[in-house]
Amino acid sequence: MTSPYRVCPDTGFKVDLAGEKLIKWNAVTAVVFLAIGGLLGLLVALTRWPEIHLLNADDFYMVLTAHGFVILLVWLIFFEMALLYFASSILLNVRLALPKLAWLGYWLMLVGCLITVVVVLQGNSNVMFTSYVPMMADPGFYLGIIIFAVGALCGCAVFFATLVVAKQEKTYEGSIPLVTFGAMTAAIIAVFTIASGAVILIPTLLWSLGFIAYIDPLMYKVIWWAMGHSSQQINVAAHIAVWYAIAAILFNAKPLSEKVSRFAFLMYILFLQLASAHHLLVEPALSSEWKIVNTSYLLYLAVMASMIHGLTVPGAIEAAQRKLGYTNGMFEWIRKAPWSNPVFSGMFISLVLFGVLGGITGVIMGQEQINIIVHNTLYVPGHFHGTVAAGTTLAFMAITYWLVPVLFRRELILPGWAKWQPYLFGLGVAGLSLAMMGAGTLGVSRRHWDITFADAAIKFDHPALAHLMMGINGVFGVIATIGGIMFVVVIVGSLLWGENRDEVSAAAPAPEAAPTPAPSAMSGHGSAGTMEVPGTFTFALIFLAVFVLYFFVNWKFLASTWGLS
Amino acid sequence: MNPQDQPAPSAEEGDIPFMQRLLDNHFLLLFLGVAIPTVVYIIWGIIEITAVPLAK
Repeated sequence: MTSPYRVCPDTGFKVDLAGEKLIKWNAVTAVVFLAIGGLLGLLVALTRWPEIHLLNADDFYMVLTAHGFVILLVWLIFFEMALLYFASSILLNVRLALPKLAWLGYWLMLVGCLITVVVVLQGNSNVMFTSYVPMMADPGFYLGIIIFAVGALCGCAVFFATLVVAKQEKTYEGSIPLVTFGAMTAAIIAVFTIASGAVILIPTLLWSLGFIAYIDPLMYKVIWWAMGHSSQQINVAAHIAVWYAIAAILFNAKPLSEKVSRFAFLMYILFLQLASAHHLLVEPALSSEWKIVNTSYLLYLAVMASMIHGLTVPGAIEAAQRKLGYTNGMFEWIRKAPWSNPVFSGMFISLVLFGVLGGITGVIMGQEQINIIVHNTLYVPGHFHGTVAAGTTLAFMAITYWLVPVLFRRELILPGWAKWQPYLFGLGVAGLSLAMMGAGTLGVSRRHWDITFADAAIKFDHPALAHLMMGINGVFGVIATIGGIMFVVVIVGSLLWGENRDEVSAAAPAPEAAPTPAPSAMSGHGSAGTMEVPGTFTFALIFLAVFVLYFFVNWKFLASTWGLS
Repeated sequence: MNPQDQPAPSAEEGDIPFMQRLLDNHFLLLFLGVAIPTVVYIIWGIIEITAVPLAK
């Protein structure tokens, strides 16, 4: 009888073969949809570039709807399913529970997303990702998302069932590892997200079929954003788990304090989903109490958690590097980091861009008063391209560069491309994120096809700087697309034509037969045992100074916009 | 039931701090992670919307 496991010769992990197959299928499907969604994003950027203005209005709204759905849900959640199975089955050294349910989930997700994409591309459902009522899409649009969500829920159930099996079979001691805990945080947020989606999308489907006469638009917005924004919080928890994993893989780095890091994930579980309320800060029917409790008092506990992760991940790397002897000055540890390794560079660029572009701007938008400056402008996509593209996508790209050789047993092709890809993609998404935020601050609306309002009855001219920002957005969109294409070419090419690592090692066996032990920091416990990380604290102080300055600038801007004296 | 009749917690269980027991209870965390935003964000929000008087 064939063993249901293999031992990874690189890490020593006992890999459940059924789980491994599911990880591969989910990850490959995710990358395919990243390619599709990224190209759709290029069409959006080239249309919003005033000098090019590529698509007509109908095609633009169709492409934007498909881009939002494919990137914000399909690419990320397929990849997160792969991460959930990896963090449960492989890190806990246990068989994946209920593999048939996991396959059912995979096929439901695939069929569901294909239904929605086909319906959108037919052109009768240009309702944007948010699909606010009373705009009505074809029933297939809602049905596809519901089927996709049910599939994702199956994946979450498999993850929790695997935790139960691991506990029963005592495959780990004490608590689950921190990376698995981060993945569990993502899974919990996913359950809330999917439940909220079901609560609002099932009635909306019935409304589109004619069985329900009316859905209150504000009720829809409140519940839809519990799904729409929380789905992005799944990404946050998942990519932070990836940061910890990569720090452990490359440096065997342990968090500065494992207890504090776990506490930070707990704050995510309890409060991160409340950020959804920032989309409703200008709704007069909702009280200031509801808005402030959700987006300020309680959400700040989750913001604090993000700052803990943002401190402790580089802190863990610094502590590990100093143990290796990189102790000169405050920054030798980071100068001597493996910057040519895309696993590291992708992760670190993701960390910096997520904190500065996505994190700070998210807090700004979560303030009821200063939110009014940028509400529903292009600033909002600028923010979430900082979180989802620069933060999550880049982190997922980084871990993929590790997964392909280790899990798929293929050498990476085009190592030169792999080396530069995170920099190019990071530059592209950082530039377009900043340009969108600049244009949004100047009042450019979030989704409008034509910022010149050429066919509007009442003319409105944006300042010339806004047009410049939209052009810059287009240029950096092209750069980001090139970075994305490089990633897809390297990964898909490696899977198809990369050298088989098992055949290579069989032909020339390494002197030592035993596999390298798994990075203990990824599957084990413990803290770095030191807080002497002066470089990281210096970075943190710079970050806080930028945070305070940007906060002040926004309040100053609000004061000048809204002259009351 | 006398206190001495109650089973004493094992030394192992007694040594585990409250926070760790909380963090190790994955289904309690799942419940809290769904219940808190459901109450604070969704239910409170819906109550506010339904309290808005209809235009006459």
